[in-house]
Amino acid sequence: MSEQGTGSGGAPEERVPAMQRLLDNPFLLLFLGVATPAVLYLLWGVMELSQIPLAPQ
Amino acid sequence: MAVDAQAPSRGFLGASFRTCPETGLKVCSQAEALIKVNAVVAVVFLAVGGFFGLLVALTRWPAVHLLPADWFYLLLTAHGADVLLFWIVFFEVAVLYFASAIILNCRLAAPKFAWLAFVLMVVGAVLANVAVLQGESSVMFTSYVPMQAAPHFYLGLIVFAVGTLIAVCCFFGTLVIAREERSYEGSVPLVTFGAITAAIIAVFTLASGAIILIPTFLWSIGYISHIDPLMYKIIWWGMGHASQQINVSAQVAIWYAVAAMLLGAKPLSEKVSRMAFLMYILFLQLASAHHLLVEPGVSSEWKIFNTSYALYLAVLGSMIHGMSIPGAMEAAQRRNGFNNGIFEWLRKAPWGNPAFSGTMLSIVIFGFLGGITGVIMGTEQLNLIMHNTLYVPGHFHATVVGGTTLAFMAITYLLVPLIFRKEIMFKKIAQWQPYVFGAGISGISLFMMGAGTLGVARRHWDIGFSDAAMSFDYPATAFLMMGLNGISAICAAVGGLMFVLVVVCSVFFGKARTPESIAASPTLPSTGSAETVTTYGSEAHPKLPGTVVLVAVFFVAFVLYYYVNWKYLSEVWPLS
Amino acid sequence: MAISPPENKLWWKEPMSGIEITWVGIAFLWGLVMFGTMVGWHFVGKQNLSNETYRTTPDAFADKVEAMVERFQVREEGDTGVPVVHPTPGSDVYMLGRLWEWWPVLELEKDQTYRLHLSSTDWQHGFSLQPQNINIQVHPGYDFVLTITPDKAGEYAVVCNEFCGIGHHTMVGKIHVVDKK
Repeated sequence: MSEQGTGSGGAPEERVPAMQRLLDNPFLLLFLGVATPAVLYLLWGVMELSQIPLAPQ
Repeated sequence: MAVDAQAPSRGFLGASFRTCPETGLKVCSQAEALIKVNAVVAVVFLAVGGFFGLLVALTRWPAVHLLPADWFYLLLTAHGADVLLFWIVFFEVAVLYFASAIILNCRLAAPKFAWLAFVLMVVGAVLANVAVLQGESSVMFTSYVPMQAAPHFYLGLIVFAVGTLIAVCCFFGTLVIAREERSYEGSVPLVTFGAITAAIIAVFTLASGAIILIPTFLWSIGYISHIDPLMYKIIWWGMGHASQQINVSAQVAIWYAVAAMLLGAKPLSEKVSRMAFLMYILFLQLASAHHLLVEPGVSSEWKIFNTSYALYLAVLGSMIHGMSIPGAMEAAQRRNGFNNGIFEWLRKAPWGNPAFSGTMLSIVIFGFLGGITGVIMGTEQLNLIMHNTLYVPGHFHATVVGGTTLAFMAITYLLVPLIFRKEIMFKKIAQWQPYVFGAGISGISLFMMGAGTLGVARRHWDIGFSDAAMSFDYPATAFLMMGLNGISAICAAVGGLMFVLVVVCSVFFGKARTPESIAASPTLPSTGSAETVTTYGSEAHPKLPGTVVLVAVFFVAFVLYYYVNWKYLSEVWPLS
Repeated sequence: MAISPPENKLWWKEPMSGIEITWVGIAFLWGLVMFGTMVGWHFVGKQNLSNETYRTTPDAFADKVEAMVERFQVREEGDTGVPVVHPTPGSDVYMLGRLWEWWPVLELEKDQTYRLHLSSTDWQHGFSLQPQNINIQVHPGYDFVLTITPDKAGEYAVVCNEFCGIGHHTMVGKIHVVDKK
């Protein structure tokens, strides 16, 4: 989270809202954008493949 | 190499800057040179891959049936790799450097690595092309196992992906430098945020590609005995489909950029537009499941959740951009004085400027032809009546060619004067180019989708089945559609040739821009008073009747066509 | 402008315009409707893809197909030499994709339900039933079981629509649907 601090540099006194800080932090977004599909698409999908039963003889 | 001659040079890799006379931006010479070489190589692959595409379309025109079967499958593989991957990714790297170093007024991070990335990408792309043209790798762009290509086909793709990953790292590094050196204040511009979205999706894409292509390469040289075809397909599409989501993000960023540069348009609300990009970052990549909807082995739960981008939240993002970009244009145009009636702002837009007309056609073709059909094809059950038919290429020629390629062409008309600093040659040809190309692509897309609705298979050399032991006749309408598709492909090829002609001639033989020519024909027209533009924003709550009408038409078309397809589905054999 | 940083550094606090709020709401609800339609079709619709898949091997699957052909063959399809089978309604029927044919030809009774097993013994193939336009992916090593109920009599073609090499465009099979005797 070292990337935040948008509020400095001549910004108003007011605190920067949390959502804006998230959107201003490319590396946190990078983490979320890779982790979300990795879990929901790749991991879940591969887990389903590993559970396919053998054909009954 | 293309190190800037006019700028005070500090050696080949030193950072030096010039100030752009048209935008006032500080332009890093390394970033500028890298944008130039990546864009030029991109256009080379567009020309080569586009030519292959024309040959493919002429073969599928039953009355022409140009190529023999082996050449058809070979060139179809090369067409896919050259335009879907190489043209688009080279250009995207140029867009990433532009959206970071140029727009943020900053030097490019690690230019040595950016040059290394460029070299690796060229080597990889050439290697893959050589493998395909040697004839031992006609496996289609998807290269589904257990069908096997020559080892250097996979190796070429891996080297290309490594190069791209390095380029993406240079982009992220530039963001860090810009923030540390305070080359901008507050948040990054919206266009840069769109580029960040594209870069994030690129990281997931390249990681998926590495996970599956490296074992597949080892399998092709005999190190690994077996690759599971279902496992391959899930992970491969993590690359194959997500790579198209990079395009979507980059192209939406370009839509915002062109609207801003030509009309002075400002996003209606930074918050809404950025949240729409956040929906892309989180959920767009799940749509890789679109390719596994009629696959054995994965459950309906997985299919429904992933194919819907988690309850259609990424579609929500696209629909927001689809309203917010025309809305921003309308607000800007009304502010510029075109305030009569519902559509004066649209009628009096700069339709003669190919950067604008290309962007508008890109928005319309992507939204109406590509977006709606993509959501419908990506519906779990509806995919049953479309999978692997020509409906699929019909859809993605509307998104990747009509949407992305046309958007990239449009911004090239701005990059030539601003980055290459050359006058556009053959202005009349340039003016007509987006219309000719857009008409051709719309035809290709519509006629292929029409043939697909009638059941015609994609990637198929002979829909007359003349050599088959058992026969089948597609309806005569399907043959008509394939003929019209061929004619549309010729139209698109002419449009593509016009683009290559204008850009190559302008870049290599064009007159340099001088202060006089800049004053006479500025690339970025002054749009009313700068002050009104900057103070015009979300607080103003503008009235946008034109946008409301356009969005309503889109929505009605979407809903109707969606349920028409459920009607089609309900008429086929019951199955469960 | 979109190519310069937002002038209002606290842009998150800017209010949304009415048109945007309305459109975001409509688009979000439409997404829920589309999601609900997909889920709902599993309960009220008749065309859903099966979730029944087994791991198998090309040899094991081919053995099952051959056993069916031995038991139920009624004739050959024209002069192609490909057997036509007429299995008991309700039973397990098999269709095998291989370079470059669908084997064997099936003869099914109208309005009867069958468990159709699809697999491949070599590369991937695409089961494309025409002119119905039902399209299903066929993988080697996986036995995909679909419960089908042909509801119109006639002659149907099975076209391969997954690229499978130089003979791909010659790969056509048949399913006959006949009225109950």
